[in-house]
Amino acid sequence: MSQVLAMGGYAAFVWPAYGVSVLLLGGTVVVTMRAYRNARARLAALEKP
Amino acid sequence: MFAFANPKRFMDASSAVLPWLVAATVLALGAGVVLGFLAPPDYQQGDTVKIMFLHVPAAWTAMMAYGLLAATSLVSLVWRHPLSDVAAKAAAPLGAVFTLLGLITGSLWGRPMWGAYWVWDARLTSFLLLLFIYLGYIALWNAIEDETRAARAAAILALLGAVNLPVIEFSVDWWNTLHQGESIFRAGGPRISGVFLWPLALSGVGYTLLFFTLWTIRIRTEILERRARSLLLGGAE
Repeated sequence: MSQVLAMGGYAAFVWPAYGVSVLLLGGTVVVTMRAYRNARARLAALEKP
Repeated sequence: MFAFANPKRFMDASSAVLPWLVAATVLALGAGVVLGFLAPPDYQQGDTVKIMFLHVPAAWTAMMAYGLLAATSLVSLVWRHPLSDVAAKAAAPLGAVFTLLGLITGSLWGRPMWGAYWVWDARLTSFLLLLFIYLGYIALWNAIEDETRAARAAAILALLGAVNLPVIEFSVDWWNTLHQGESIFRAGGPRISGVFLWPLALSGVGYTLLFFTLWTIRIRTEILERRARSLLLGGAE
C-alpha cells in the first residue's frame, strides 16, 4: 500500500496529475450536466400552457 | 448530409445515440485509467510514466477539439448553417479544459523528468498559445451581443487560430525542442512498448469519447436555450 502511495519516489508529481485530471474533468461533467438540466427545466416551464 | 444537421433532427438523433456514447465513454475511460494505473514503471522514467496516460490523451483531445471547432466554423461561414454555430460555440470551453489539463499534467511530468515545470520550447509555447486562442474565442462570443454577428466574428477567429494546429503538431520536427518527438503516429509504427501502448490507446479513445459525449450534451443545451429564448421573445409580442 505504502509502496503504491510512494510511486517510486514520484508521488509529488503522479498523484497531483491524477488529482487535477479528476478535478477538471469531473468538474466539467458536473457543470455540463447542471446547465443541461437547467435548460430542460426552463424550456419545459415555458412550454407549459 | 446537411439534412441531418438541422436542430430538430439533431435533437432526435442525439437522444438516441447519447446513452450508447455515455456507456462507451465509461468503458473506454475506465479501462484506460485502470490499465494505465497498473502499467509497470518505465525503466528510465519510473512511475512518472503513469502521467503519460493522463497527459497525452488530454493533449490529443485538445487538438482534435480545435480541429472540430475550426471545421464547424468553416461550415458556419460558408453555408451559414445555424447548427454549426452552436457546435463550434459548444466545443470551445471543452477544448480549453483539455488544453489546460494537457499543460498542467505536462508540467507535472516535466519537473521530475526534465528538471523544470516549464520551458519556452516550441511545443510548449504553441500549446500555451492554443489555450489563449480558446479563451479569446470564448471572450469574443461573450463580447458581441448579436448572436449572428458574434458567430461570424468567432468563426473568423477560429479559422485564423487553426494555423497554430500544424505548428503544434510539427513543432517537435521544425525546432529543437525539449519536448520529445512523435512516438506514436509515426512511419514504422509506435516506438513505445505494448505494455504502455495499450493503456495509452484506451485512454486516448476514452478521452475522445468523453469529449464527444460532453460536446453533444452542450450542443443540446444550447439548442434548448435558444428555443426557450425564442419562446420568451414570441410571448412578449
